[in-house]
Amino acid sequence: MAYTDKIKEIYQNQLKGIQDAGLFKQERYIHSSQDAEIEVEFPAGSAPKRVINVCANNYLGLSSHPDVIKAAHEGLDTRGYGMSSVRFICGTQDIHRELEKKVSEFLGTEDTILFPSCMDANAGVFEAILTSEDVMISDRLVHASIIDGMRLCAAQHDTFKHSDMAHLEKKLQLHADKRLKVVINDGVYSMDGDTAKLDEMVALCEKYDAILFVDESHSSGFIGKTGRGTHEKCGVVGKIDIITTTFGKALGGASGGCVSGRKEIVEMCRQKARPYLFSNTIAPVVVSGVLEVLNILSKSTERRDKLEANTKFWREGLTKAGFVLKDGDTPIVPVMLFNAKLAQDVSRDLFDLGIYAIGFFFPVVPQGAARIRTQISAGHEIHHLEKALDAFIKVGKKYDILGKTKQEIIEKYGS
Amino acid sequence: MENMKEVILEYVIEEYCDEENDDVTFETPLISGGIVDSFSMVSLKRFLENKYKISIPDADASPENFDTVTKIEVLVKRFQ
Ligand SMILES: Cc1ncc(COP(=O)(O)O)c(C=O)c1O
Repeated sequence: MAYTDKIKEIYQNQLKGIQDAGLFKQERYIHSSQDAEIEVEFPAGSAPKRVINVCANNYLGLSSHPDVIKAAHEGLDTRGYGMSSVRFICGTQDIHRELEKKVSEFLGTEDTILFPSCMDANAGVFEAILTSEDVMISDRLVHASIIDGMRLCAAQHDTFKHSDMAHLEKKLQLHADKRLKVVINDGVYSMDGDTAKLDEMVALCEKYDAILFVDESHSSGFIGKTGRGTHEKCGVVGKIDIITTTFGKALGGASGGCVSGRKEIVEMCRQKARPYLFSNTIAPVVVSGVLEVLNILSKSTERRDKLEANTKFWREGLTKAGFVLKDGDTPIVPVMLFNAKLAQDVSRDLFDLGIYAIGFFFPVVPQGAARIRTQISAGHEIHHLEKALDAFIKVGKKYDILGKTKQEIIEKYGS
Repeated sequence: MENMKEVILEYVIEEYCDEENDDVTFETPLISGGIVDSFSMVSLKRFLENKYKISIPDADASPENFDTVTKIEVLVKRFQ
């Protein structure tokens, strides 16, 4: 047997290392559909418990929306289950192209190409459009999938301090000699919930002839007056050269992603992006669901408006109770606890009280910046949020952190 | 002549640190300590090459050789 004891041991030791470092990730099985309330089996083997979910990316509450489910059923009936082919052989249906056009309309871009996921979009786009004569200048906190995409690309790479426009400008000057410069960032940062300064970035990119890339995975569908994204909020619709986004969060939450933007760049992806060329695209049933999501969002801003109201209620409630939050106005609301063990303890106690919220700590966030990341949804009703708030306050009192500053919490629990 | 370590340390603090982590010394692990990620190392390499008029081959621009200001000084002197 080739899989020898020695090989096995190598992996067992690595896994033990992960466990010893307290970084072993465990799945929790959900016995219901994704919604404001879910049934969670935790710990494994225990009877499922009904809890309020405040950690899903289901920002618009569309993951189990009856109209989306109905549209998906219809897609299944009329276009079948699978394609058994990549796009350019025999894996493209009329509805794939229809979705690409609808996404372009929704985002205000020239054209769009679908990818199996946004991870794949980010993994494929840079290699498809850049060479070793070019440079990628990225914000230091961009998502892991962008980092992987940049690793796969021969272009040079540099970074700027998170959202630091003066530093970005210095880097644009430093790399003035390159053929192409691409400035790369997230629209909304998923760990802190802060928003990129896209208006300033557009101005800098215009001044230095750079291409602007934005990952809108945590913005598409709800940021901006009509939910088009961070570019709408910042007043720069039509000025972003490359947008990538996912259908796996607010836009129905199933799966799939895209690159949307300048016509030539999208066409380059169609010719050269490897995850597009060598992997099946989004299944017809999901395409049909996303089409209905865009239809719902184009007709009315009701859901993003409700999300905005819910977010305001939640942020104000937590602030008034005396928690330390990260500043911002997005539905990603990090409750800062600073200490990793405290974050885990608070998460467990919340679960006991019927609230599902997860602790994040190093290496997912910087050392000493542990937190409970809460995410609000249009699927939440005020009574859900009131109950969640009550639970947070109870737990906050138990650990005596309400009204305490960052320094006081760190003094008490360490960082 | 300027002290090379001081110059490098000043650049590292200016380029990679903020109020939260500016207590860097000559021996602080930069890469393994998570202050400088492997991508951001590029600007440090470029800075050293421009400042000291040297060329550091990619093979030598390893995370180990860049891990502390002291090690970086050793590296730069090797190519001067
Ligand atoms: C900013 C960002 N980009 C991309 C992705 C990947 O999205 P997908 O699930 O479509 O691969 C995520 C999801 O975690 C994300 O947060």
